[in-house]
Amino acid sequence: MTEGVQNGKKRRRAAAADLLLFGSLALLIAVFFRLQVIGSEEYVLRSEENRLRAITVPAPRGTIYDRHGRIAAENVPGYSISLLPGSPDTLAATLGRLAPYLDLSDAEIERLLGKYRRFPNQRLVVRDDASFEEVSAIEQRRPEFPRAVVEMLPRRHYPAGRAIAHLIGYVGEISEAELERPVYADYEQGRIIGKDGIERQYESSLGGVPGVRFVEVSALGSIVRDFGPRPAIDVQQGADLELGLDLALQQFADSIFPPGMRGGVVALDPRTGDVLVLYSHPTYDPNEFIGGIDIDLWRALQEDPAKPLLNRVSTAAYAPGSTFKLVVASIGMTAGQLGIGSYMPTSCFGGLGYGNRLFRCWKPDGHGPLDLAGAIQQSCNVFFYQAGMRLGLDALLDGAARYGFGRATGIDLPYETPGAFPPSREWFDERYGRRGWTESVVLNLSIGQGENQQSLLRMAQFYAALATGEAPVIPHIVRSEALSGRRANWAAGLPEDRRRQLLNALTAVVNEPKGTAYPYRSRRWRVAGKTGTAQNPHGAPHSWFVGFAPVENPEIVIAAIVEFGHPDNTVSQSVPLAIRIVERYLDSLYPEVPARPAPPQLPGPIPPDEAITP
Amino acid sequence: MRWLRTLRPPGDLRLFTLAVLLALVGVAMIHSAGQVEVPSLAVNAWRRQLLWLALALVAFLTLSRVPLRWLDWASVWLYGAAIALLVFVLLFGTGPNTRSWLDLGPVGLQPAELAKLATILLLARMLSSDRGEIERLSQLARPVLIVVVPFILVALQPDLGSALVFGAILIAALYWAGVPMAILFMLVSPGVSLLLGFSPLVWGIWFLAIAVFLYLHRPFAAEGILVLVANVAAGALTLPFWRGLAPYQQNRLLVFLHPEMDPRGAGWHLIQSKVAIGSGGWLGQGYARGPQKRLAFLPEQHTDFVFSVIGEELGFVGVGVLLVLLGILLHRILGVARSTEDSFASITVFCLFAVWFTHVVINVGMTVGLMPITGLPLPFLSYGGSFLLMLFVGLAIVTRVSAMSNS
Repeated sequence: MTEGVQNGKKRRRAAAADLLLFGSLALLIAVFFRLQVIGSEEYVLRSEENRLRAITVPAPRGTIYDRHGRIAAENVPGYSISLLPGSPDTLAATLGRLAPYLDLSDAEIERLLGKYRRFPNQRLVVRDDASFEEVSAIEQRRPEFPRAVVEMLPRRHYPAGRAIAHLIGYVGEISEAELERPVYADYEQGRIIGKDGIERQYESSLGGVPGVRFVEVSALGSIVRDFGPRPAIDVQQGADLELGLDLALQQFADSIFPPGMRGGVVALDPRTGDVLVLYSHPTYDPNEFIGGIDIDLWRALQEDPAKPLLNRVSTAAYAPGSTFKLVVASIGMTAGQLGIGSYMPTSCFGGLGYGNRLFRCWKPDGHGPLDLAGAIQQSCNVFFYQAGMRLGLDALLDGAARYGFGRATGIDLPYETPGAFPPSREWFDERYGRRGWTESVVLNLSIGQGENQQSLLRMAQFYAALATGEAPVIPHIVRSEALSGRRANWAAGLPEDRRRQLLNALTAVVNEPKGTAYPYRSRRWRVAGKTGTAQNPHGAPHSWFVGFAPVENPEIVIAAIVEFGHPDNTVSQSVPLAIRIVERYLDSLYPEVPARPAPPQLPGPIPPDEAITP
Repeated sequence: MRWLRTLRPPGDLRLFTLAVLLALVGVAMIHSAGQVEVPSLAVNAWRRQLLWLALALVAFLTLSRVPLRWLDWASVWLYGAAIALLVFVLLFGTGPNTRSWLDLGPVGLQPAELAKLATILLLARMLSSDRGEIERLSQLARPVLIVVVPFILVALQPDLGSALVFGAILIAALYWAGVPMAILFMLVSPGVSLLLGFSPLVWGIWFLAIAVFLYLHRPFAAEGILVLVANVAAGALTLPFWRGLAPYQQNRLLVFLHPEMDPRGAGWHLIQSKVAIGSGGWLGQGYARGPQKRLAFLPEQHTDFVFSVIGEELGFVGVGVLLVLLGILLHRILGVARSTEDSFASITVFCLFAVWFTHVVINVGMTVGLMPITGLPLPFLSYGGSFLLMLFVGLAIVTRVSAMSNS
């Protein structure tokens, strides 16, 4: 076949295709003409008669229980009042007429109109926590408010209120900024979501999935009846959650926290990672956030210098003070550079000269010669300055990084701080310049000062590693198969005999007369732990205590801080707080265990050389 | 401004201009489709579509410079990759009702779109390199096989609409390659039997017609018998095949025949779509103002049923203008296929024309009940990232070919 014939065939086939193309389009246009021009009237009528509206049905959030089935968060019956969309004028007028019954201020009406302008096609929620009186006032005047929709809306309630604020968080209407985030891609305006704490962390399972109900409306837009046959989307209730929390113990912590002070306390079960207590003070009442928090109250909370909204357990980081000395001891003993009976070259005379500076011990008279056990028991700075130097900066940085310092623990709470610890020498070079710093940084780091900021949670996890000798658990609030017993990818790494020696020293801190926590010791349980005094530029030192009990088989690890709680060397407010919580918890587990024989009676009051005044 | 000129791809840019214009109208209508009174995931679809359009433009500017020979060479590899992706998506894909999406974090991709293009390129390569006249049905075995593999993989998703597009690709390629009509007819006849198998009487008449045709045309005896057997088999398979369809697919086809059968179930879509379009009148309800759309009575109103929104809001005038623009675009593409001398290029461009034409007719026809509801998107106007991207990739090839035939 020649080219010419080929081309002729192509031209014919192209013409046929063109015919098909324009024929089809002509047919389509004809059909549209029939529908849109000839039959238009009928369809306009049918469009106007379409009186179905889809209404979102909010999903009840899951209930949150503590480890004993006590309710931490629940739903109580409530009502929402909203308006179906309409023209801006009628909406403004309706809001004006609603105002006396719902006690709407002018500012609130302005805010609602603003919201309407941004989402003109969606239902406008006027109140999501309407009282029964407000609802009945509206229902009695139904004809006046044809577009108003009153619905049952489960309302969140936290029976323990202030005691669990930082842990549980609170809920509120999704903000416009949150709507933009991919996490909330499936969420619509007006939805109630978890804003903080567990409510936020577990929003996807707690929140459930709202359903859709189709209703028939009258020409004025008021709902006439449910429209059955069209399949509505069923509400999926949020899943319930069980926490490892001991709510009674949490409330106990709230009741005994030193009044007027700031700080926090966290307790873990070192075997499972369950968080038993997570309390921060001062606190707030999460119930006040439900249904939209009052603007003045919000501002007051925001601007309060005591920062009641701050979670001091996992979001704040503090210089760990002497509680960090065990990190130095653990690194040194693992590497074989320190033994429990090791002495340092210089005895404590109240300080240590290094370069042209004097690095002080907290005890101005000095501790005299001490081995490692004694230095832990009496918390001697001079010993640990030298221990840090013996390790060297590199070993300290490496060891701390291995133990997870400078990283978050991975607890299931939002906004966990990673704390701060220098990762490497280069970090100092970048920060201070190559010659802007000296090896003396190791001295401050070794006693938990300097560029060393840790959360209570991080310190609790480290002591859990010491207490169990295994890779420590990753703390978690919610009790679940998946989370329980999850462990960090590191362990203290101490040989068992040396770990026992350290535990003995920690036991002595609490139970031996020279121990720094001795005045607050438990008579019923063998508690081990370490006190800490964190210098800070804002006032008196912060008071730390991190410990665990029973020493032989630890069931609770606790970390507590009271800001400015160590005004002088006689008072350490975090220690009694922590030890009383430990006692309370173990008493609740083992009510029958008889009290230990009282420790040997001291001759008279605490001797003056222990109740030191600087 | 010289760099701008260097950006300008060679070839007929009126095609490109028209396509971008249509795509922008599409973005506007997708925006409107998101303006509804009930919570909708489509609120921000228009932004995503705009981003995809930007990506598609970059793809266009890049690909319209690629020599056609590269595509010729790459077609085998592309085809292999597309088949692998289709298998992968069958195993690990996501999507409502079907497994057609490849979830890549922020974006989802539909490998079927790539498979369409790859199949076209490989078919064009094969048919253009075949020398000599096609006289026997058996000579079509290889082209048929190339199409059947993706056809089956897509049908298994199950995405019937896209599967039918592969059928359209095969017929279009063979038609444009000059395969005699008689042989095409023999190839297609079992498909017709499959459709007519519902009614033994109608199928019997069709079978007689084929017998008469074969008697007059006198193909090779073996092939004649094969065609008869295939027709009998297809007719017998109709009912088992019907039962193999997913219930929602059955419903859609039934409703196509009797829309009022199930007005609140499967017929709902079609009835609401017709009400929306019908109430548009001459000039429409106005942009973003359509009450049917605002109340979200239209399903998939930013993707499959975007043309219903156009009908409701822009009226008959808008519908007419857009259909004419689509017609001009398709007509010009056909012109490029006709005027190019290179047969690989010519077959490729013609197949693109055929695929897009099929999409337009099925999608627009579906909104008024002329076609069953299949979920084929409307070229350039419907929301859909990988689809839009592939449209502009295809358009780049057409533009490139037009430059070749001009020079």
